[in-house]
Amino acid sequence: MAAPMALRHGRVFISLLRACSRNSSHSTAPSTGLLKRRGLLQYLCDRFYDIEAFVDGGMKLKSWNLERKNKHYIQICERYGDNLAAAVFALMLKGGIRFQGQTEWYRERNEKRYCLEVSQYQGVPLEALDFSGSVINYDGLGSLVNLKTLKYLDLSRCPNIDDWSLSRLHVFRDTLQELSLAGCPQITERGLACLHHLESLKRLDVSDLPSIANKGLVRILLEEMLPQCEIVGIHYDDELPLCLEDDTHQGETEELQGVACIWKNSKIPA
Amino acid sequence: MAGSGAPGLARGKEGEKLRMLRGRVLLSRWRPLVAAARPSAEPRRQFRTGTFRQRGRFQEFEKEMVKFRKRLKEALPGSEWNPLNISKDLPPEQADVVIIGGGVVGWSVAFWLKMKEPWRNALQVVVVERDLQYTKASTVLSVGGIRQQFTMPENIQMSLFSAVFLRSINDYLGVFNQPPIDIQFNPSGYLFLASEEGAAMLEENVKIQRTEGAEVSLLSPAQLKKKFPWLNTDGVALASYGLENEGWFDPWTLLNALRRKAVSMGVYQSRGEVTSFNSFSREMMTADGEVVKLSRIKHVNVQMPDSTEYSSVKCSIVVNAAGAWSGRVAELAGVGTGSPQSLAGVKLPVEPKKRYVYVWHCPDGPGLETPMLIDTTGAYFRREGIGGNYLGSLSPTEEEEPDTQDLEVDHDFFQEKVWPKLAHRVPAFESLKVKSSWAGYYDYNTFDQNPVIGAHPLVENIYFASGFSGHGLQHSLAVGQAIAELILEGEYKTIDLRRFSFYRLVKGNKILERNIV
Repeated sequence: MAAPMALRHGRVFISLLRACSRNSSHSTAPSTGLLKRRGLLQYLCDRFYDIEAFVDGGMKLKSWNLERKNKHYIQICERYGDNLAAAVFALMLKGGIRFQGQTEWYRERNEKRYCLEVSQYQGVPLEALDFSGSVINYDGLGSLVNLKTLKYLDLSRCPNIDDWSLSRLHVFRDTLQELSLAGCPQITERGLACLHHLESLKRLDVSDLPSIANKGLVRILLEEMLPQCEIVGIHYDDELPLCLEDDTHQGETEELQGVACIWKNSKIPA
Repeated sequence: MAGSGAPGLARGKEGEKLRMLRGRVLLSRWRPLVAAARPSAEPRRQFRTGTFRQRGRFQEFEKEMVKFRKRLKEALPGSEWNPLNISKDLPPEQADVVIIGGGVVGWSVAFWLKMKEPWRNALQVVVVERDLQYTKASTVLSVGGIRQQFTMPENIQMSLFSAVFLRSINDYLGVFNQPPIDIQFNPSGYLFLASEEGAAMLEENVKIQRTEGAEVSLLSPAQLKKKFPWLNTDGVALASYGLENEGWFDPWTLLNALRRKAVSMGVYQSRGEVTSFNSFSREMMTADGEVVKLSRIKHVNVQMPDSTEYSSVKCSIVVNAAGAWSGRVAELAGVGTGSPQSLAGVKLPVEPKKRYVYVWHCPDGPGLETPMLIDTTGAYFRREGIGGNYLGSLSPTEEEEPDTQDLEVDHDFFQEKVWPKLAHRVPAFESLKVKSSWAGYYDYNTFDQNPVIGAHPLVENIYFASGFSGHGLQHSLAVGQAIAELILEGEYKTIDLRRFSFYRLVKGNKILERNIV
């Protein structure tokens, strides 16, 4: 299935190479010897458009690879059902799965072996999925939307999960109990706002989200929005300015740091 | 105690600096030797960046020129005219496509034309915009919503297409070596409330939306109350809530991203106002024996800002994307200037209509889950940021339509019309403080509140993309593609928009979109 796709992209790549030689910016370089000894930078500068085309091609290859990894396993889905398709999808992305009744995560890396072993679980509902650190994106979540029994979903440290992807999680509104979004660099408070659909959520991990500005306020708003849910990873006093300036308070720094530690550790009762 | 350490440190730093200086002096002593060792092929170049010191009379001349320019500026205040430079916004003398209006629709058409052109620089596209600060442009004064909850399949498809585009905006509009685009999309959805009378229609609308592939759910008043406890459900019989691809985003970012990408692909941007067209016409007889005058635009005359200078652009196709002013542009091209009963007398029925937007602060207002809420009365509001700010408004009825001469805001309108409705729906809004407000223009189609897209039957080479009546921002991306397809391939390929053509105005067939906000 991937072969025609690869062929098509290969053709794009060849046409790109051809275009490079045609649109080469080499001829526009100053021919007289202002700079006789060319450094690497000069060389790169002369070939700006070629390098732009190569970098562009590299980016396209990357996004094509991402698209390939996130595609929907329609054949498995038709033959074995949504649960197994999602399970194979998770294992393909080097994630973990857990069927109902199991206590251990299943993380087999050998493709032949897991295809055999997973097929025994036909008809058993899939309960937990762990995608932490994988390349899953908006399209990849499309493989999961038909799961009716998903209780645990881990999307931590996924670089391609953004606000659009979070808006897709509303399909798990009656079942999902635990969700981890820790360390996703693209998630902002705008995306977190649409988690209010998840009415049975018990635990939400939102630690270490670099794109959120006012973390304390977001925690309060999240608690108001999801009263039954435990919010993990953001404290009320996150990002409160700690007045530490090394130069002016040289002697008092140690003392102040101690105060800050106490302040950080003391939890405000919810 | 704290003070005693600092001078010591400073002294240390200074000492280090001195040492470094001394080192440099030492090295410089060796420099002649080093230079002698190297065979010098070229004379040393000067690395001075300032002006060269010149001979006396040139200096005098320079001074005289500066004085002369100063005097000129005094004589012609407010003019950027300059004897040595030509106007920098001058359009090229000829172009293949001239797009009138540099709003989001205009730039989208330009982008898609460049995207679909068969080879690089096959088309020369010029975008003419009279105000690059966009002080009155509808694009940047809009609320920035996108929704699928329409009743016409075409509108739903266009919105779905725009949502996909916005989701992968960096694949479409990313420019090499520039930071990625963040359009600040809030996927919070639209919530339409319907009263007893409107409930059946709402249900029917949702059915249409679902067949087109939109994710919309229906909510009963009890479900509403559970989901949004801050809502007063009196008089609400049914609600529809968009689950995916609905929300709001930052229009200014989208406009800039489109413009940046289009310019990087070779579109010319010209600042100026289109004042007239030079067209050439011939008379032809129809099968019924009626004589019609067919015309073709040859030149677009663009007047430069703040001057009487104008330049004429020879062109083969004109796209009218002038938004609220597209009716006037169409009239300049001779659309609707003939006798009222004939084909030549059909005007482009697009007028500017003023709409207010108010921003208020309400600390106890609805929380993070707030969607774009559209009340049974037509009043709407949404959350703005997470600091307890909200914005919203209401479209005035036809009798109370405000004057469109300027963009002044009528604050009594909020007090008398908008606030009571909102406070009834959300009791927390009983106490609020209006923080700011603005007004913008809708490009209002007085005929049927739907866009006019496509060519004109008599003026052969003008294409319309206007009259969106408030949905221009969310439909711009799809419409740009449609117009580009129409120009380059002669027909619609992705979304069939033939129902929006100019012919419906000629025939008098109104196509009605029930969900107008």
